[in-house]
Amino acid sequence: MRRRPVGLWIAAVAGYAFLYIPLIIVVVYSFNNSRLNAEWVGFTLDWYDKLAHNEEMLAAAGNSLLIALVASLVSTVLGTMAGVAMFRYPLRLLPVLVLTPIAIPEILMGVALLIFFVLLNFTLGLVSVALAHIAFCIGFVAIVVRSRLAGMDESLTEAARDCGATPLEAFRYVTLPLIMPGVIAGALMAFTLSIDDFVITFFTAGAGTVTLPLQIYSMIKIAVTPEVNAVSTLLMLLTLALIIMASRLAPSLLGTQEEKP
Amino acid sequence: MASRAPGRWGKWLVSGPPLLYLLIFFAVPTLIMALASFRTPGEFGGLAPLIDDTGALDLNVESYARFVAEPVYAQVFLKSVWYALLTTLACLALAYPLAALIARSPKKYRNLLLLLVILPFWSNFLIRIYAWMIILGPQAALVRSVNGILGAFGMAPVSLLFSSFAVLACLVYVHLPFMVLPLYANLEKHDQALLDAAQDLGASAWQRFWRITFPLSLPGVYAGAALVFIPALGMFAIPDILGGPEDSLIGNVIKQQFLEARDWPFGSVLSIVLTVAALLLAGLAAWVGRGNLGTPSSAGESRA
Repeated sequence: MRRRPVGLWIAAVAGYAFLYIPLIIVVVYSFNNSRLNAEWVGFTLDWYDKLAHNEEMLAAAGNSLLIALVASLVSTVLGTMAGVAMFRYPLRLLPVLVLTPIAIPEILMGVALLIFFVLLNFTLGLVSVALAHIAFCIGFVAIVVRSRLAGMDESLTEAARDCGATPLEAFRYVTLPLIMPGVIAGALMAFTLSIDDFVITFFTAGAGTVTLPLQIYSMIKIAVTPEVNAVSTLLMLLTLALIIMASRLAPSLLGTQEEKP
Repeated sequence: MASRAPGRWGKWLVSGPPLLYLLIFFAVPTLIMALASFRTPGEFGGLAPLIDDTGALDLNVESYARFVAEPVYAQVFLKSVWYALLTTLACLALAYPLAALIARSPKKYRNLLLLLVILPFWSNFLIRIYAWMIILGPQAALVRSVNGILGAFGMAPVSLLFSSFAVLACLVYVHLPFMVLPLYANLEKHDQALLDAAQDLGASAWQRFWRITFPLSLPGVYAGAALVFIPALGMFAIPDILGGPEDSLIGNVIKQQFLEARDWPFGSVLSIVLTVAALLLAGLAAWVGRGNLGTPSSAGESRA
């Protein structure tokens, strides 16, 4: 039995409070019967009702979902390939290209893609945003898949090859089922990253295309309104569900690879 | 078909598509941006033709010269470095007890405690900024009580929103999980026997921390510092929403060059300066923290 220093506990509880109180305030005020996010007046669902009739917001949500769906599907396929390739082969260029987009400040990728699309005369819109999202999601999927592969027994794939399976068959019937939880976790992560992305979307969306984060941005630049609290609460719920699902499938998402539930 | 050698084909079939995609949508745009920093701004924004009227290749270092000649940009850059540094130190101070507590908890609770640190990171970035708009807003309880106390001492009321305080508080808030994860990964592997031995030899709790735990945790500290410092350096949304006019950071100036001034070459110069600074720091952190124990091998793993 170890001693538990009281000071450590207090500091840690303060740390958790710091992390959660801001988000709890956003959620609580989304049910508040007042225009101001200042004092609790009474319970209401009016802000959610307003949200359901806000055409701009619904259109933005539709765009976000569409982009996230396409971006997560494509980046899951490409990211899985990258993860497998990085695990199996000694590669130089691919790991650099996979990891750098994650390591550098997001704004750099945003402006680089803006120049790229404009110089190519590529119309900024849903397609350019989806292409950009795929580029930064590949790395995240690749990392999850690679760490899943690291935890599995490669001799199983070799056994399949010994028994006469083609490389494709060995992958399809042995490797893929074994890494599937990692692949799905990567897909859920990519979906979450895409639907939440603001910075890269901001530069690649152009004037006419609005996603949910862009819509929230333009609303909070003007004023604080509980409608933003309501849409934030719903978005948080969606993200929470996706991430909990993903972390069940791939415990490495929690940073603790050795313990599996 | 039955050849056992993994072969070149397999390698290229698997790594080719993601490699091609990232070359087209990451490497090429980045190189184009690097090239754009040597070009002349176009008359109506964007870039002037690469081959000018006289048929000569129009590449110059004028935008770099401008960065050197106009100290206001170097000042903004230094201010960004300063804000990122303050953010990193505050994150370290807040993250250390959290990481230490999680590392000392019984194994069955560790995953849950860690998940609780990561979850806020997965909520939308703008929502987390917005939360601070509410907390620091003029009507909020916090600001009213601060001003109540100030008023009691006869001082003028302050506004917390649209200030450097708001920017720093939110920078710390957004980046805290990046510091907790590598610190935890490091602290979790420490050998309790070392601390027990030090205690037997008469070391106080403070001495045990400063002379054993902290030096051993340095690789985790460096990894966390890199993960906080680099994104904090390029941040533009937080100063944009929560900051006052003096809180513009390098990210805001880059955004302004691309979307308002439409001076791409100069915006590219600023982006290159930022990239070089970020990569140098990442390299430095990797070099200082080399041979580290248990820190994730890449930014992505801890961010995930």
